[in-house]
Amino acid sequence: MLVFSPSLKPVVQINSLCVCLQQIQEDLNKQLLDNLVSFLSRSHSDFQEKTTKWTCRMKFREIPTAALILGVNVTDHDLTFRGLSDVLQDSITPYVALLEAKDCPGIKNLMQKLMGQLMNCDIEVDSLEDEDCVQVSQNRIRCSMPSLVSWYENVTKKTDSETPSKKRNSSSRHWQSPPVVVIFKDMESFTTKVLQDFIVISSQHIHELPLVLIFGIATSPMIIHRLLPHSVSSLLCIELFQSLSCKEHLSTIVDKLLLTSQFPFKLGEKVLQVLINIFLYHDFSVQNFIKGFQLCIVEHFYSQPLSVLCCHLVDLKKRVYSLSHDQCENIRRLPSFRRYVEKQESGKQIALLTNDNFLKEETEKLLEDLHVYHENYVSILRCLHVFTSSLPKYPLGKQIRELHCACLENQVWETEEYESSLQLARMLNKTDLVSMLQQCVEILMSSSGKEFDKTVEKLKEFLTQFQNLEASQERDVSVSSQKELQKKTDLYHLQKTLLELKESRRSKKLTKFEMLRFEVVDYIDTLVRKYLVPADTRTLHEIVYFNAATVLRGHLNAAPRTALHTALNNPHWYLKNQALKCDGGGISNKAPDICIVYKLHLECGRLINLVDWLEAFSTVVMASEEPNADAASSDQVDDIIHARFIRAVSELELLGFIKPSKQKTDHVARLTWGGC
Amino acid sequence: MPNLEHPAYPADDLLHLESLVPCRESQVSTLLSIFGERQQFSFPSIFIYGHTSSGKTYVMQTLLTTLQLPHVFVNCVECFTSRLLLEEILIQLQGCSGTEQTSPVRCDTLNDFVRLFKQALATQELQDETLYLVLDRAEQLREMEANILPAFLRLQELTDRNVTVVLLSEIVWELFRPNTGCFEPFTMYFPDYSIGHLQKILSQNHPPEYSADFYAAYINILLGVFYMVSSLEFLWFCLAAANERDTRKLWKNIEPHLKKAMQTVYLREISSSQWERLQQDGGEPGQLKGLSAHTHVELPYYSKFLLIAAYLASYNPVRTDKRFFLKHHGKIRKTNFMKKHEKTSNHLLGPKPFPLDRLLAILYSIVDNRVAPTANIFSQITSLVTLQLLSMVGQNDQLDGPRYKCTVSLDFIRAIAR
Repeated sequence: MLVFSPSLKPVVQINSLCVCLQQIQEDLNKQLLDNLVSFLSRSHSDFQEKTTKWTCRMKFREIPTAALILGVNVTDHDLTFRGLSDVLQDSITPYVALLEAKDCPGIKNLMQKLMGQLMNCDIEVDSLEDEDCVQVSQNRIRCSMPSLVSWYENVTKKTDSETPSKKRNSSSRHWQSPPVVVIFKDMESFTTKVLQDFIVISSQHIHELPLVLIFGIATSPMIIHRLLPHSVSSLLCIELFQSLSCKEHLSTIVDKLLLTSQFPFKLGEKVLQVLINIFLYHDFSVQNFIKGFQLCIVEHFYSQPLSVLCCHLVDLKKRVYSLSHDQCENIRRLPSFRRYVEKQESGKQIALLTNDNFLKEETEKLLEDLHVYHENYVSILRCLHVFTSSLPKYPLGKQIRELHCACLENQVWETEEYESSLQLARMLNKTDLVSMLQQCVEILMSSSGKEFDKTVEKLKEFLTQFQNLEASQERDVSVSSQKELQKKTDLYHLQKTLLELKESRRSKKLTKFEMLRFEVVDYIDTLVRKYLVPADTRTLHEIVYFNAATVLRGHLNAAPRTALHTALNNPHWYLKNQALKCDGGGISNKAPDICIVYKLHLECGRLINLVDWLEAFSTVVMASEEPNADAASSDQVDDIIHARFIRAVSELELLGFIKPSKQKTDHVARLTWGGC
Repeated sequence: MPNLEHPAYPADDLLHLESLVPCRESQVSTLLSIFGERQQFSFPSIFIYGHTSSGKTYVMQTLLTTLQLPHVFVNCVECFTSRLLLEEILIQLQGCSGTEQTSPVRCDTLNDFVRLFKQALATQELQDETLYLVLDRAEQLREMEANILPAFLRLQELTDRNVTVVLLSEIVWELFRPNTGCFEPFTMYFPDYSIGHLQKILSQNHPPEYSADFYAAYINILLGVFYMVSSLEFLWFCLAAANERDTRKLWKNIEPHLKKAMQTVYLREISSSQWERLQQDGGEPGQLKGLSAHTHVELPYYSKFLLIAAYLASYNPVRTDKRFFLKHHGKIRKTNFMKKHEKTSNHLLGPKPFPLDRLLAILYSIVDNRVAPTANIFSQITSLVTLQLLSMVGQNDQLDGPRYKCTVSLDFIRAIAR
C-alpha cells in the first residue's frame, strides 16, 4: 500500500468539496431564508410600534407562525435549521430556541428546555457575570411563562439602558424588542397535548412576549389540522413556506459537483448509480448522498495506489516525474493501460514497458487527454440534455444525472432509448429547435474546452439557415398553390396529382426545413459519438474514476439480517478458519455452539421442543468423539454439553431469534421465518 | 333589563359595569348578590360554566376590576403542575398588596399552601374583605393531584379566612365531581349569546367613520352568514378584515367576500395577515395556496411500497394474504366477490395492527425486483413511524416482534400509488 504522498490529498479534496458544498447549500436555502426573515421582521412590527389600531386589536391573540415544509428527508433538516438559526441570530433576534419532540414529552419539559436555551443565550451575550448565573439558577426553579416574561422584560430593559461600546454593535443589529423565535424541529412527533398547551399558554402572553413559532413539517401542512383542534389553531396566524424539494437539491449538487472540472476526482457509473439509488429508493437524503461521495473519495485514495496522480493539472507534471519505479509498474499493470499498449506499434510498446521516463511522458499526455475529454464530455452532455429534456416522455430521462449515468454506462448511441430520442428530435418544431440550438451555443461558448470553436460556428450556421428558411418557405407555399389551381380543371388530372402528392410525401419529398432538421440532428449525433464515449474506455481512467461499487455497497447498504445469518450459518466466512470450512448443509461439530444451535433451529417449525433440540445438539457435538465416551453418555446427556446448549440457546434468544413460549412449557417460539 | 343595584357599591361603578358587560346583566347581578358586601363572607366556592366564548372570563375579570375587589386570577392551563399553580397564586397575592416581596416562594403541597396563604393574608390589609380566587380553565385541576380540587372547593373552611374560590370551565360540574365526594359549589350557567345579543355586542364597537345604524345593518348581514359556524372571536376578525372595503356596498357585493373569508381564513387555510394583505392589494385568494393544497407527500421509492404494504396489511384480513399475494392461489372468481365485500366493512372498522414480518412479506411480493433486507429498509419503517404515517402498537419490546398500524387514508395511498 502506498502512503499518501506529498500532501494529504483526500483531506485537501474533501475540504475543498466541503467549501463548495456549503456555498451551494447557502445559495439553495437563500430564497427560503430570505422569505422567513422578512416574515419574522413583519410579524411583530405591531409590537414594535405599539400600535393600537382598530384592526390590530382584533387579532391580538394570534401568534405569528411559519409552517416550514421541508420534505421527508429528515436527516437534512438539521442543516437547514442550523442555517436558519444562524441567520436569525445574525439579523433578527438573539433569542432562538430549537425544540425537538424527543426532549419534550410533557409541557413541563418543553418549558424547561425552552427557558434553558433562551437564558443560556443571554449569558453568552452578557459575558458570564456571577449575578446573572444566580438569577438564572433561581429562575430555573420556576419554569413558567410568567418567569419567562419577566426575564424578557429584564433583558430588553438592560439592552435599552446599556450604551457601552461593547453592547452597541450587538443591539444595533437587532431591534429594541426582538422577537423570541421558537422552532419546533419535528412537528409530527410532538404530542397533541404538549403543543396545544404551549400554544394556549403563550397566546395569553403574546402582549408581553413577542413570540414567533416555526413548525418544521416533514409531510404535509394538513398535520397542523390533525394535531391542533380549531380552538387552538385559531390562535395561530400561520403562513406557509416551502423549501426546495430534495430531488431538485440533488440535481443541483450533481450539477455543481460532478459535472464540473473543478474536482479531479470523478465517480464511475456504477458508484454513481449506487449513490443515486440509495437516494431515490431509500432516504431522499442529500446529506447521505454527500457522505457517500466523501466516502468514495476516501476509499479511492486509500485503495488506489495511483491516486497520487488524481490532482489538478497544474500539479500533474511534478507528480508524474516524481513517480518511483514501482509506481510505474503499477501504471503498466492497469488494464486500460495494457489495452492501450497493445494498440501501439512494437517499438513504442517496448519503450512503454521498459523505459520509465518514456512512460512518464506518455502518462502525462494521457492524463491531460483525460482531463480534456472530461471537459468536452460535460459540455456536450449538457447540449444533449437540452435536446432530450424537452422530448415527450423523456426516453433518456428528464434529469441530467440520468443522462450522465446512461452515457457513462456504455456507448449511449447504441441504446434503444437514444435511437428513439433521435427519432423524436427529428420531429421537433422550428421554434423549439432554434431555441435549443441557441442554448447549445451558449453552453459551448461558456465551456473552457478549446475545440468547440468549429462546433459553435457550425451551430451558428444552422441558426442563420433557419432564419433564411422563413423567407424561402413563404415562396414555396405560393408556388405550390398556384400549381394546384392550374390543375384543378380536370377531374382525372386532379386524381392523378393527388395520388402523386401522396406518393411523393411518402417517399422522398422533404421541405427544406425538414432537410435542415435532419442535418442538425445528425450533427448532434456525430458530436455525441465523438465526445460522449464512456469513461472506462479511456486509458488511465482508473486513476481518476472511482468504480468500486461493490465496496461502496458493502459500506452503505448494511444488511444486518443477512450478515447475521451468514455468520451463524457459515462461520468460515468471517472466522477464516480452515477447520470450519464445510460444504453444503452439513453441520460441523467444530463450529461454535451457537452456530450449531442456529443451524438446528432452522430445521424446526414455529415452536421448537427444547428436549429434541438438546438431543440433536448433543448428537452433533458428540459425532466425532470416541465411541466409548458415546456409550457412557448414551442415556444421560453430559452436564457440560447441557450447559453449553443452554448458553447457546440464551445467546440466540438475546439475538432475537427465539423467545420463550407461553403455549407450551418446554418449547420456545421462533421469531424469524425461512433461512433469511 | 333590570338595572344593577347593590347597596354596597356606588351607583356610578355599577352603571359603568353594566355598560361593559352587555347582555350579561342578569348573571352579574346574581353574582353580586352572592358576593354580598365587601366584608361579608360569601359562598365558599362558585362554579361557572358555559360554552366557549360565552363571556365567563371576561365578565369575571371586568366585575372584579371595576368594583376593585381584591382578587387573584389564574389560568390553570398555564400552571401545568400543582406546584406552579399554588406558587402562582401566592405570588399574585403578594403583588396584590403592593408590598414588593421578591423572596422566592416554595410551595410544594397544599398544606404549605394553606399556611403560606394565611401568612400572606395576615400581612396584608385584606382581612376584612373577601378575597376572590378565580381559577380559569378549571377542568385542568382534574388532572392534578386528587386533593387539589376538593381543597380549593372548601378553601374558606381550611384557611379560616374570608375567601371565595370561583371556578370557570367549559364543562359541567357533573364531570368534575370526584369519587370520594366533596363540597358542592354553587353552580351557575352562562348561556350562549343569542343572535340578538351578538348584534348588540358587535355594534357597540362601530368605527367612527360610519353611523351606528349603518354599522348595525352591516353586522346583521354578517351574522346571517356566519352565525351558524363561527365563534365570537372569529366574528371580530371578520369585521376587521372586511370592514374597510365593503361597508359602502350592498349585500350582494359583500357576500362573495364573506364567503371567501369563511372558506379560507376560518379554516386557517391562509393566515389572517395574508388575507389582509390580499384585501389591500385587491387580489384573489386563489393566488395563495391554502394549507390543504399541499397534501401531496413525496416519498422515496421503497417508502412508498412500504406504506402501501402497510395499508394492505392493515385493511386486509390475514387469511386473504395467500389469495392476494401468492401466484398460484386459484379461485379467482370468488376472490373478486369476497374482496369487494370485505373492503367496505374493513374500512369502517379502521386499521388493524400487523406484525413486522407480515409487512415485509407483503412488501416482497408487491415489489417487482428483489428487495434486500438491508438496514435502510428497516430504518425507513422507523422514519415512517416518526412521520406519523405508521404508528407502533404496544411498544413493549423490540425483540418481541413489533406491531404496526397504518394511519393514512385511502386517498393518500391512492395518491402515492399513482
